Amino acid sequence: MKELKIQPIKNGTVIDHINAGNAVKVLHILGIPKSSSSIVSVAMNVKSKYGKKDIVKVENRELDPYELDKIALIAPKATINIIRDYEVAEKHKVKLSKEITGIVSCSNPTCISNSKEPVKSRFIVLKKDPIQIKCYYCEREPEDIAERII
Amino acid sequence: MNFQGKDIISIKDFSKKEINYILNYGKKLIPYAKGEKFKNVLKGKVLSTLFFEPSTRTRLSFESAMSRLGGKVIGFADPGATSQKKGESLADTVRMADSYSDLIVIRHPKEGAARLAAEFAEVPVINAGDGAGRHPTQCFLDLFTIFTEKKKIEKNNVVLVGDLKYGRTVHSLAYALSLYNVNLSLVSPNTLKMPKEVIEECKELGVEPNQTSNLEKAIKDADVLYVTRIQKERFPDAEEYNQVVGTYKIDKELLKNSNEDLIVMHPLPRLTEINPEVDKTSHALYFKQAFNGVPIRMALISLVSGVEL
Repeated sequence: MKELKIQPIKNGTVIDHINAGNAVKVLHILGIPKSSSSIVSVAMNVKSKYGKKDIVKVENRELDPYELDKIALIAPKATINIIRDYEVAEKHKVKLSKEITGIVSCSNPTCISNSKEPVKSRFIVLKKDPIQIKCYYCEREPEDIAERII
Repeated sequence: MNFQGKDIISIKDFSKKEINYILNYGKKLIPYAKGEKFKNVLKGKVLSTLFFEPSTRTRLSFESAMSRLGGKVIGFADPGATSQKKGESLADTVRMADSYSDLIVIRHPKEGAARLAAEFAEVPVINAGDGAGRHPTQCFLDLFTIFTEKKKIEKNNVVLVGDLKYGRTVHSLAYALSLYNVNLSLVSPNTLKMPKEVIEECKELGVEPNQTSNLEKAIKDADVLYVTRIQKERFPDAEEYNQVVGTYKIDKELLKNSNEDLIVMHPLPRLTEINPEVDKTSHALYFKQAFNGVPIRMALISLVSGVEL
């Protein structure tokens, strides 16, 4: 019998197929542990069909679409399983939109989107894997996307 | 080709076909730009010029262009005398200009400001320079100058020299010249090299720029020498500026071994990078280049206003 690296959860979300080594960034995006009291389990460098991957399990919390968009930015191949009473109630892949609004701040300190104007940051997705995005306003392409997530 | 209502934010918003159309149309407008011919095609129309940064040529040539087309100009050149000083957002200032005029021209120190202005304005917005970002009408007039002087842009040997890192005109120009498959040489001090992403864009368009710090060698077979000022205001660090200012000086001695029909261009203002002794030589084209701002801006203003002479 295949040994489970981490225990199943009763209710919550399992984020699977995170690129190996990126689980910590996913936790950062979800505001864990600061803004959450959920129990979180992390497995890193788990062997899978497609090489190594990370898995994150968050108990008693179902992720909303806004959080999924954020995860897509750093783990474009991730799958999200919503667990209810030990069963997979919903399963979907994260999907990166053509445009990202209000999620990442521009790395250019003199970009107009970093001033007190009534606009949200806006990026055009140039490539999905690896992710390459360009600021709609100043056209700068940030390299440290995970660090710039709002 | 229909440009009515189009914003002009970046040269990249235009295809090569569209650029060619605008350059050819601009050529037709030269006698109008000189005042030899006159048509009141924009009578009753108002242009707003919102200049949050100093400008001489860009603002005056826009004003001249609108006047030569029969329209009127309102605006400011000193943001200190506007509600910006009271903390008004750019978005609100643009909303006002939008309700007072038929076209907005904006220069702003922050990159992306013109794109933001276009979001809040119903009327067309023309970017007259946004920080170290884009300056598409300068790019149009530079292309126009090469096009009118050399009869074509393709295949010319073009050398860009000076501050290629912070200089906003050279980034768009390198991209636009690559659309025309020119031979491109980039000459700068090591610390002011052209950003990687611009080089990548040139390569994607099939042009492999030659990067060097040796100007003498680079201008040997050049048809166009495009000189830029090392801009003190763009340097984050005064020490970095002091180390590179005055690296390249264009003088008669340097030009002695160049092609007879080499043209020397400069977006101006210049400081010491071109010796005034060059002004009287047949190579000096920078003042004519500055004049070209009028016909090309007349072309852009009239096209986005939906009229053509």
